[in-house]
Amino acid sequence: MTDIITAFVWLAGAVFALLAAVGVLRMPDVFTRMQASTKASTLGLGCLLVGAALQLGDLASFIRLASIGAFVLLTNPVAGHVIARAAYYADVSLWKGTILDERREHARAATPSNRTAE
Amino acid sequence: MLDIVAQITLAILGLALLIAFIRMVKGPTLPDRIVAMDLLGMLVVGLIVVLAGWSGVHATLDAAIVIALIGFLGTVAYATYVERGDPQ
Repeated sequence: MTDIITAFVWLAGAVFALLAAVGVLRMPDVFTRMQASTKASTLGLGCLLVGAALQLGDLASFIRLASIGAFVLLTNPVAGHVIARAAYYADVSLWKGTILDERREHARAATPSNRTAE
Repeated sequence: MLDIVAQITLAILGLALLIAFIRMVKGPTLPDRIVAMDLLGMLVVGLIVVLAGWSGVHATLDAAIVIALIGFLGTVAYATYVERGDPQ
């Protein structure tokens, strides 16, 4: 029974990780790529961690796997936010089909290059 | 049965690593490469976790913790560098 659950969870996690990679390859834009990578890889790694915890089954490895999970869950959104912010302020061009850029007026006043120019 | 499933899982993760590596080589700007590098770190952590669960050797999980930490630090450091300097 444990083996069946582990097999299912591992295959699901691997497929989610593959989807993250395909999204990073196929998306048109830094921001859409970052979205695909961050969300799908967090879910995929969570599935793989659950499978490994079921398979190992002792307390030491469970604590290690739980700490990896908590750490990834905390740091992955932060990393995505930091990359997106840096890319936006570095004037990486948006996708042609972007229909809304609410930050543009606000960001033009606060760009680091403008701050140093004044 | 679990041996076959673990091998299939490792093969899919290796394929994902290859695809992310293609994006890291192609990526037109530096933030693209940072995103791909972040994903590469995540995939390597997943690979080590599956390998540890399959073989029963839980000492390798420490390496997974370290890789997750270093990957996050590298991403933040690169992003700070991009935000200060030239994106090309």
